Amino acid sequence: MSSIAADHVPAQHGHDDHAHGPQKGWRRWLFATNHKDIGTMYLIFSFMMLLEGGTLALLLRTELFEPGLQFFQPDLFNQFTTMHGIIMVFGAIMPAFVGFANWMIPLQIGASDMAFARMNNFSFWLLPVGAILLTTSFFMPGGATAAGWTLYAPLSQQMGPGMDFAILAIHILGASSIMGAINIVVTVLGMRAPGMTLMKMPLFCWTWLITAYLLIAVMPVLAAAVTMLLTDRHFGTAFFNAAAGGDPVLYQHVFWFFGHPEVYIMILPAFGIVSAIVPAFSRKPLFGYASMVYATAAIAILSFLVWAHHMFATGMPVTGQLYFMYATMLISIPTGVKIFNWVATMWRGSLSFETPMLFAIGFIFVFTVGGFTGLILAVAPIDIAVHDTYYVVAHFHYVLVAGSLFALFGGAYYWLPKWTGRMYDERLGKLHFWSSLISFNITFFPMHFLGLAGMPRRYADYALQFTDFHQIATIGAFWFGLSQLIFLYVVLKAYSGRGEPAPAKPWEGAEGLEWTVPSPAPFHTFEEPPVVK
Amino acid sequence: MKKVRGVLGASTLLLTGAAAAQVGNMPGGPRVNQLNLPEGVSVIAQDIAWLHWMMLIICTIIFVGVFGVMFYSIIRHRKSRGYKASQFHEHLGVEVAWTVIPFLIVIGMALPATRTVVAMKDTSNSDLTVKAVGYQWKWGYEYLDGAAKDVKFLSTLSTPHSQIMGTEPRTDLYLMEVDNPLVVPVDKKVRVVVTSADVIHSWMVPDLGVKQDAIPGFLRDIWFRAQKVGTYRGQCAELCGKDHAFMPIVVEVLSQEDYDAWAAEQRQAMAAAADDPNKEWTAEELIARGEKVYAANCVACHQASGKGMPPTFPALDGDEKIVLGPKDPQIDIVLDGVAGTAMAPFRDRMSDTEIAAVITYTRNAWSNAGKGSDPVVQPSDVSAKR
Repeated sequence: MSSIAADHVPAQHGHDDHAHGPQKGWRRWLFATNHKDIGTMYLIFSFMMLLEGGTLALLLRTELFEPGLQFFQPDLFNQFTTMHGIIMVFGAIMPAFVGFANWMIPLQIGASDMAFARMNNFSFWLLPVGAILLTTSFFMPGGATAAGWTLYAPLSQQMGPGMDFAILAIHILGASSIMGAINIVVTVLGMRAPGMTLMKMPLFCWTWLITAYLLIAVMPVLAAAVTMLLTDRHFGTAFFNAAAGGDPVLYQHVFWFFGHPEVYIMILPAFGIVSAIVPAFSRKPLFGYASMVYATAAIAILSFLVWAHHMFATGMPVTGQLYFMYATMLISIPTGVKIFNWVATMWRGSLSFETPMLFAIGFIFVFTVGGFTGLILAVAPIDIAVHDTYYVVAHFHYVLVAGSLFALFGGAYYWLPKWTGRMYDERLGKLHFWSSLISFNITFFPMHFLGLAGMPRRYADYALQFTDFHQIATIGAFWFGLSQLIFLYVVLKAYSGRGEPAPAKPWEGAEGLEWTVPSPAPFHTFEEPPVVK
Repeated sequence: MKKVRGVLGASTLLLTGAAAAQVGNMPGGPRVNQLNLPEGVSVIAQDIAWLHWMMLIICTIIFVGVFGVMFYSIIRHRKSRGYKASQFHEHLGVEVAWTVIPFLIVIGMALPATRTVVAMKDTSNSDLTVKAVGYQWKWGYEYLDGAAKDVKFLSTLSTPHSQIMGTEPRTDLYLMEVDNPLVVPVDKKVRVVVTSADVIHSWMVPDLGVKQDAIPGFLRDIWFRAQKVGTYRGQCAELCGKDHAFMPIVVEVLSQEDYDAWAAEQRQAMAAAADDPNKEWTAEELIARGEKVYAANCVACHQASGKGMPPTFPALDGDEKIVLGPKDPQIDIVLDGVAGTAMAPFRDRMSDTEIAAVITYTRNAWSNAGKGSDPVVQPSDVSAKR
């Protein structure tokens, strides 16, 4: 780390033995400590996991095209369902947001790198280990775990060694997340450029700061839950074995105490990305910056208090049902505030609709649908009817795909010129957006109907009356999957140097320190902290 | 040319044939392409449907309002139309309003919901109590009081495997029909005590507005009062293993007289079928009986061929260690299951006679006949081990 005085000319590096530029070959990546390189690796890894998790989804949607069992026995089908969930949550969405954090937080706060550059390297390289464990669990005797991504006991006790692989993978991926989160907290709190107070920070940094606290608080809880599964399976404990005095519902409490903040971990950084894009393409400041910060903090705090809304059907006493219903419904207030603030940012702005803005607007529109179905699910009597049906599947795909994933795409297009130095292909970007938006809705909207009509989740086969909506969903799913290849092409094209060279600030209305450095961002930036007015 | 015409003709016939085999609504179950919750036949189901409409309408109004504003903006406030951006970025009044008003709306939503939650949880003063036990992969019902007290039976999916595999045409009741439905009287408050014998299942019947997770080691109760005679269908709603999709719930609601008649019939049949536990059975009787027990309880995992699906479901055919070994270990396994695997304890689900019969069957079926020690197990051997 540089220890030179502030008036030194930046061209001279402070380290005597510092290499000029990145190392060559595989060493650059294996030993990477540069936040841009590590960010890139996170993003590449998460996209690969998106394709793997997506393939699993297409496999199960293929089986669900017709009633009856055509391709897979139910046990294998449930392995696909389970691993689709685990890979998407822990392999695709979470690492993608960490990739954005690595790339953008130092640039946005004017820091030269993350606080703990070597721990950053370790955080990343744990991920492929976890991914290999998850993927190879399919080849264990009995296959991958088929207990659902939620791994409820006692069903998970019946699973073979594939389950133990998943438990180990979750420990490893969790350790990576905790270390990454520590890194982010210390970087944001300790390395902001002079003059950048917390309330001047881009909202993306705020949302990640809050998310990092959530991660540190709840990943250990998940580790505890899966460790208890492991000891129940192999070391004679009886945490969840009722016959020996344990309680299966205890698992659900511990898991969802992690699980609910987890879903906010997956959406808060998305809120941050959208809060960067909308003002840029409205050429207008973000409306209500302070309320956005408070709303994000409120959502995070409330997220700890609502976990049992995933457990309305377990047989809670009436007081419990009422409390969790009220607390969950309350979260819609700060979330609504954020939606209103984005719309107010657009109101009387001077709008243009490049691909990042399309994804951001698409996010606001479609995430809100998911938010409303979440509010409907919060109403406990309605939840009793639709818990564990496709209504829930529709809800969480609306908020995770049309929510988190669209925000990730928006952010990728927004910052791709900064990462690659090229303007991506705008025509193809728009095609990716429209293709994804339409196919996404074709896939998941009919699932609301299926759920209301009583079609349960995690079913390999179904009554004939559900056929048409399943067929529509399968067709949409294949279309959505193929659409992501457009994105892959756009990114590869920009990275391979084809496209207009990008200026430092390609977006007229964009604000932030990242737009003051050249595109592509040099290997080292802000070696000298800038002074922020 | 003739061949092409022939093929075309055959495919057209096939397609029209397929189209002609229209799916109809499932009686007591989902309608074809149903869009919304069922209206249902209980007050709770109707309350849930009403609550859902209320939420949907309010959310739609808010959605249209908010996105009306946004789309107005998208159309009017465009740079390409020359619109110049304002720079305002806060307004205390508006921000307070759009925090307080949603808060009041949420309170308004929570009030009717509270009434329904309290009503759903009040299982007191029921007219009839039944117990529903989830098994991998079927339901067991037991009547704890009333005219059918002590009547106890299993309720298993009756859709034939051939329909699931597609070698036979499927009916409108596909996957939601059982051999022995739960029978209850109309207009009576029925309390259902739900539990499980193995993993978590969930007892759900949309038309009655009920769902309750079946948790091993715990009893959780719910209630319903069916307002109309009829048959109502639901499915297991908590992932419970490979046949999670194949353990439906069917509730037959009868008039009070029909229910009383059914109850009397059941109690008579129970008395008649009770096996004398001390009877000495011949090998042939046990094997014949055992084959039926095996088909109803063991084929899902150990397969009709006895070959199982190792390593998760061991083969019984040619199994030197247990099936062709001394009888006591096999009796123990059937009584108490194998911890950490899918092998369930059948202690409470089968009588001594049934257990003895199925064990005898496995010891004499497939290639096991004439091999191993203890080819015959008597019911008294099983009761000795309980």
